[in-house]
Amino acid sequence: MRWCEYPGYLTGSEVFQNYGCRMFSGLWITFELVAISVTLGFALAIGLAIARLYGPRWAQSVINGYTTFFRGTPLLCQLFLVYYGLGQFRLFWQDVGLWWFFREPFYCAVFTFTINTAAYQAEILRGAIQSIPRGQFEGALALGLHRWASLRHVIIPQAMILGLRPLGNELIVMIKASAVASLVTLFDLMGATRLAFARSFDLSIYLYAALIYLVLVEIIRRVWDRLELRLTRHMALR
Amino acid sequence: MKGFVRFLAAAALTVAGVTGALAQAKEWKEVRIGTEGAYPPYNNLNAKKELEGYEIDYANLLCEKMKVKCTWVVQDWDGIIPALLANKYDIIIAGMNATDERKKQVDFTAVYNKTPIWMVGPKATKGNEITPAALKGKAVGAQGSTIHANFLEKFYKDSNPRLYPTQEEANLDLINGRLDYIVADALALSDFLNGKGKDCCKLIAEVPRDAAIHGPGVAGAVRKSDTALKALFDKAIAETMADGSNKKLEDKWFKLAATN
Repeated sequence: MRWCEYPGYLTGSEVFQNYGCRMFSGLWITFELVAISVTLGFALAIGLAIARLYGPRWAQSVINGYTTFFRGTPLLCQLFLVYYGLGQFRLFWQDVGLWWFFREPFYCAVFTFTINTAAYQAEILRGAIQSIPRGQFEGALALGLHRWASLRHVIIPQAMILGLRPLGNELIVMIKASAVASLVTLFDLMGATRLAFARSFDLSIYLYAALIYLVLVEIIRRVWDRLELRLTRHMALR
Repeated sequence: MKGFVRFLAAAALTVAGVTGALAQAKEWKEVRIGTEGAYPPYNNLNAKKELEGYEIDYANLLCEKMKVKCTWVVQDWDGIIPALLANKYDIIIAGMNATDERKKQVDFTAVYNKTPIWMVGPKATKGNEITPAALKGKAVGAQGSTIHANFLEKFYKDSNPRLYPTQEEANLDLINGRLDYIVADALALSDFLNGKGKDCCKLIAEVPRDAAIHGPGVAGAVRKSDTALKALFDKAIAETMADGSNKKLEDKWFKLAATN
């Protein structure tokens, strides 16, 4: 018996045992989807948040429009627009040499999730940066620090502490939201579960899938607690 | 954990059993029919949100013969058997093939239709080889939870099977060029080849039927407890076979695409 069949064996669920391996390989795809898109999204979001706050006026309005659109429309809708919508312009993508990217459902999902989560994370970071008192920035400038240096060494480290909790929430939301990837033929955890259900008609498989998501989210919650303790250790009461 | 799941299952079975027993006790005056409404020309919701198709006409004809009042319920394919078991309707008439796997859950009426299974691909496809070896590494699409999905899973492990919530989405992805092949029954694919897929795609080959996976043909599915209902439908189906009225409806709705 392979390791991935054990949880089903131990819980006495035949369907979970039969489809355990598929579900755990689905879990890995879910993990890849979320890890890549949240990391790339975070890198994008830092740039977006800074440009949104300190950039030229036109950049501010463009970014404002971007975040409004991606925070205001359903993720599933965005995914379908990218997957089926952009997918219709095959000849164009082939001309610009990007068809290999938009052909694969995995890349389409990563792309959609990245631009979606970047919008949310940019707003989180903007709020966090804005809530650092203005005096911090002025003080840093008065000490002769360059604008970028003040941002990097004074403002952003403090803002990150404020943004950590909401960023953790965003990560958890993305894990759950990534289940929509199963609707564009990806066998992520949800996709594998749907397949198992379709073959067995045994509803209890959804319960096991829910438990796996729950465990994943709980692990992240605990890691985040540790992370916050560590980042705020200079502020802790002695 | 095990206990809790058992409890849930037992509770669900009890509810289904009780309602099933009640349903069996009554004489059938009214039958609720569940269908998908997204599988033309079998059953389809048209632009006016009305059901139309071969199975809609055919089941209404059966109801006429059985002298019962029929009402239609539209249900997503993925949940179509669970909803029957949950007593949302009494019979499934939705182009469902009577497979062994499904027989574990439901009983089937007599077979009323049997259509070939096709594999369709882009016009540029060379040859008509569809053996698993020939399709190694190719992206092959099908609708999830169907016999075609099971077929891909069993025989085309080395290909890249893609399963879609509806046939329409698989068709769209073939047009978009993400898929090298799609597999479905000849009627659904003829509809596609005569319509949206006219310019992009063609029939590659007919798929040989696998007795275990594809079953004997399309039949209605009822709860195992509803033996009287099954008998009622079996009799009406036999009548439509004998008097040629089934054939007439098949001819009306099924126009197979010209095979090259």
